[in-house]
Amino acid sequence: VSGSTGSLAQLLGSREIVIACGPGGVGKTTTAAAAAAMAASRLGGDVLVLTVDPARRLADALGLKGIGNDVTPVDPSIFEAAGVHPVGTLSAAMLDTKQSWDALIEAHAPNAETRDRILTNPLYKNITERFVQSHDYIAMERLYELHSSGRWDLIVVDTPPTRNALDFLDAPSRLADFFSSRLLRWLIAPSRSTLLGMASRPFTQVADRILGTQFLADITEFFMSLQSMYDGFVERSESVSRLLADERTSFIVVSSSETVPLREAEFFATELARRNLDVGAVILNKVLPETLSDPAVATASRRLAERSEAETQALATRIGVEAAMLDRVLDTVVKSFDDYAVVARREEASRERFAVGEATLVTVPQLDRDVHDLDGLLELGGHLMGG
Amino acid sequence: VAGPSIPLAERSLLFVTGKGGVGKTSIAAGLAQMLAAEGRSVLACEVDAKGDLAAAFEVEAPGFKPAAIAEHLWLMSMDTEASLREYLRLNLKIPVVGRIGPLAKAFDFVATAAPGVKEILTVGKLCYEVRERHYDTVVVDASATGHIIGQLAAPQAINDLVKVGLIRSQTDWMLDILSDPQRCGLVIVTTPEEMPVAETVELRHAVATETTVDLVAVVVNRVLPERFSPRGEAVFARLISKEGSDGLRSIAGDEIGAVLASASLATTLRRSRTQHLATLRAGLDPTTPVLLVPYLFQRADGLRATHQLAEHLAEELDR
Repeated sequence: VSGSTGSLAQLLGSREIVIACGPGGVGKTTTAAAAAAMAASRLGGDVLVLTVDPARRLADALGLKGIGNDVTPVDPSIFEAAGVHPVGTLSAAMLDTKQSWDALIEAHAPNAETRDRILTNPLYKNITERFVQSHDYIAMERLYELHSSGRWDLIVVDTPPTRNALDFLDAPSRLADFFSSRLLRWLIAPSRSTLLGMASRPFTQVADRILGTQFLADITEFFMSLQSMYDGFVERSESVSRLLADERTSFIVVSSSETVPLREAEFFATELARRNLDVGAVILNKVLPETLSDPAVATASRRLAERSEAETQALATRIGVEAAMLDRVLDTVVKSFDDYAVVARREEASRERFAVGEATLVTVPQLDRDVHDLDGLLELGGHLMGG
Repeated sequence: VAGPSIPLAERSLLFVTGKGGVGKTSIAAGLAQMLAAEGRSVLACEVDAKGDLAAAFEVEAPGFKPAAIAEHLWLMSMDTEASLREYLRLNLKIPVVGRIGPLAKAFDFVATAAPGVKEILTVGKLCYEVRERHYDTVVVDASATGHIIGQLAAPQAINDLVKVGLIRSQTDWMLDILSDPQRCGLVIVTTPEEMPVAETVELRHAVATETTVDLVAVVVNRVLPERFSPRGEAVFARLISKEGSDGLRSIAGDEIGAVLASASLATTLRRSRTQHLATLRAGLDPTTPVLLVPYLFQRADGLRATHQLAEHLAEELDR
């Protein structure tokens, strides 16, 4: 592990967009919300957290009701209740894939007729849910839209869980490729040119036998409608790609110290760097206390394990409990320490192997409760900023 | 739909799903290992070809063609293009093997856009292995919770959207297998934490309404051990009082405070997880078996962990 001397506060204070990414189950959503809450309360400015799928209680805490694309200001009184006088403001928004796609179609459709033809196509729902990593694309598209509104000093984004952790980065260019592909042109204009018609024949034949002509025709009609929005889509997806690569944007990779997530996080950080995207910080959550791997503490634990009967008896008398019961409890205390010491040493070794590069490394201790309110977010945020 | 359901270990097609990070792949590997150890021939298939399933057995990531990795145990990675090629070879008798390259690319393109096509190529291959009885059990390290419904409901989606054609004609026998609680079952893996539990309960309802697949078990992974009985907890509270700590210091030295702190952390973590476990049970059908698999302190991943998970699963399944 190396890492720069910069801090997360510096990153949040200097960038306009911070995108949290990383493997599933490591506290990505909570980390993004905590970073945004800290930025709003300590650094100032109008801060927005764009979140994909927060835990119910966290969404409630932020005042996010139900799903939908609306931006909701977090009531300043919630900060006051947590004993904090925020310098800036915090707002939160969720991502509704369907609603975002509808908005996108409405924005780019050349006319009302095309728009309606697409929105009412039976394939539309299925396709927007599945094709070309639609979730990933729309998350980045929505980020672009929010950033372009000029309303925010800082937007912190929590990325959607993806099959491949990097899908969302490729989504804009894949969409552009998709629209400009020769295949799409073959598919929607098989009869326009004899040459193209011939070229597409074996494909059409097989596709016909497998899918049936009618289904193929449905798909074709749908893509023909979409084709009319080609220019708008491609231009937009190029803008989105540019925004992600802009120096105002930084990525933070979130992980735990377990082997598998850490391996994925490392792959992620490397890939981001390879694409010349800025990895501003690596955040490792759920880090066990250092004392677990401290030899002096281990010695104390061994000493306790090897206590004499007389020592147990004396302690039992001193604190007024039954000696046999105390004996069992002390054994459990030692066992519990040994169990976690093994994990702590393993995770420490994993962290040491993990190459951070230039990014700021922030470790966050394992918290003893779930984070589901602003108090919790600020506590977590304090650890983030302290790192 | 065929007769009454049978135990998990006797079914021939098991889909294992779960939220990212809960150990879905580890549990799929553990199940495959458990069944193979019992002498059943097992095909374990990784659907999202990330190589994690192979890592659980510490072997090279396999291809579409199953690779024997241990006695009674085969491993494969799903590849929809290879599945299509096999399908065409078996069913259409199209001599495309040599020149399927561009064709497959074209098909891949339509399949990406057309709902359910990629999924049916995945599910179709797995059902095919079951129908042909090539193995006693096919264990699928399936898609994560967000995508599993699309996978399991693919035959119906195809039925609804595609009216004719070869793919349409293939959905009936697949549905027969998927809907049969004597043959097929879904295993949801979760951990006793807030989000995984919430997703499990949501998924359970979605599976019931949007698919015909039977939820055969919920596996709760990484369950922390109970440290103290209520009486023990009272004693522990005395230990961490000033008097107790002073007494302990005289036995084990000044650093003993950190040892106590780790026991405190262990207890609080266990307690918060107990609540989530209760939420899970309340959100499930009471007849759904809930299998508890302990947190592995010693080895979190790899072959050793897979073998331990297999033993714990066998114990929970009374095998």
